[in-house]
Amino acid sequence: MRHLVLLEGTAPATPPPTELMAGIMQLGEEATRAGVLLDNAGLAPSAAGAKLAVDSSGLTVTDGPFAETKEMISYAVYETRTKQEAVEWTSRFLRLHLELWPGWVGEGRVLKVFGPEDMPSSDTHSTPQS
Amino acid sequence: MTTPTRNPAGGVAAVEAVWRIEAARLVAGLARMTGDLSRAEDLAQDALVAALEHWPTSGVPPNPGGWLMTTARNRAVDGFRRDGRHRAAVETIGRGTPQAMDDQDAVDDALDDPIGDDVLRLLFAACHPVLTREYRVALTLRCLTGLRTDEIARAFLVPESVAGQRISRAKKTLRDKGVRFEMPGVEEIPARLDTVLEVIYLVFNEGYSATAGDDWMRPALSIEALRLARLTASLALSEAEVHGLVALLELTQSRATARTGPDGRPVLLQHQDRRRWDTLLIRRGLTALARARDGTGPAGRYTLQAAIAAAHATATTAAETDWAQIAGLYDVLSTVWPTPVVHLNRAMAHGRAEGPPAGLALLEAVDATALQGYPQLFGVRGELLALAGRRSEAAAAFDQASAATRNAQERELFEQRAADLRAQR
Repeated sequence: MRHLVLLEGTAPATPPPTELMAGIMQLGEEATRAGVLLDNAGLAPSAAGAKLAVDSSGLTVTDGPFAETKEMISYAVYETRTKQEAVEWTSRFLRLHLELWPGWVGEGRVLKVFGPEDMPSSDTHSTPQS
Repeated sequence: MTTPTRNPAGGVAAVEAVWRIEAARLVAGLARMTGDLSRAEDLAQDALVAALEHWPTSGVPPNPGGWLMTTARNRAVDGFRRDGRHRAAVETIGRGTPQAMDDQDAVDDALDDPIGDDVLRLLFAACHPVLTREYRVALTLRCLTGLRTDEIARAFLVPESVAGQRISRAKKTLRDKGVRFEMPGVEEIPARLDTVLEVIYLVFNEGYSATAGDDWMRPALSIEALRLARLTASLALSEAEVHGLVALLELTQSRATARTGPDGRPVLLQHQDRRRWDTLLIRRGLTALARARDGTGPAGRYTLQAAIAAAHATATTAAETDWAQIAGLYDVLSTVWPTPVVHLNRAMAHGRAEGPPAGLALLEAVDATALQGYPQLFGVRGELLALAGRRSEAAAAFDQASAATRNAQERELFEQRAADLRAQR
């Protein structure tokens, strides 16, 4: 089964320690080698992005930055046998932050990607966006 | 900011997750230390049992892999002591006295296998030529993917006792034949790697041949094989064919969902809803294929099959398929891997590329005796005759195909083709 992990957080005033970056690289390499990490990347600050919204007044497009306490930092796509495995990989990732970057707070969200196992009757199916 | 419920994260599911992540490295490290796969596996199992006893109350330790390795190592030392082979233990395990066994550095060293050499050695041993294919498959799944014996049994539709026997006999054979956990010599590597790739390919196909209603462990085999292929590719970076195999499996798996219709029936490639193909796997497959073709040597069978799969994967509609390119790839594949099935597919590809007469001419040359009872022999003839507008002959070929198949869903497909052709007259 596939999970999308979204990491958001608030960085302390200190720059990210080099040990953290090295640890993140090593963990990513390990998960890639194990064949479970299918895709991942860091995300630029919201200033580089935009937000689209629909409400009663219609569709609006707003360019970043957005005044939010947390920034989205990265995403990862895991393919594992169980949710618990994706949780374990994510906890290793977060533990690195906990241990190596004092003052960092944030969270990782593990979101299940719909797969064949979620649609036993399969008369409806999601279509991947191109 | 805070999560509403705090999960102690030490339940059985969490232990199992750690096990699945760590099993290969753990068994591989222990196999190197003890030189005996049976013993390594037993020790790893003991460590798992200990984790199941402790973690649900104490929580998963910060370095779970190290915890499992330390536990297994300590038990190895206890075992050696019990056997009165204390001395041998010290020599085999090396580095210091048994009192220093739980020294974190030594454990880290055993576990910390950044290049994955131990895992690669284990993979070569599990796929060793002294073992039969069945044994290689069972042992590889058991030691490299962390699948339980009952899961392997369910995946291969055999009783658990049979799967258990394959695993234990495989380990015994390795011990009896004195197979060591070492890298094959440089000149041996291509041949040894071939057996590894063959095992992965077999496991993948076993999973891919699962049909609707099968136990979920069967299709899960494809994912296991894909993961093993990625692992092997990361360990044997310079071998083009490993990347060829990864590409083939990623691209084939990208179509897995689209292969089954809403009614549970199989959908042939040319009729699949291509919007349901997994674009992430296609992208990964194309990347792996580019890597496989990076080298200078001639393309091997997996790389060529992957290139054919890529030609399909990059065609937006079935009508846009570049059959001339596919036919050319089959020409090369039929020299590299001259099996009757490849010749058959080659005939089909040429039939689509240049017209049915070209395909039918090639079909004449296919060794029908070798394909006796293979339904696709008639299926391909039927398709080519249908393309040529020779409907009644085509329908008769599909009748033969449906008589030859033992797969109920496939039979339905062939019967449908025959009926459609007769209705067109």
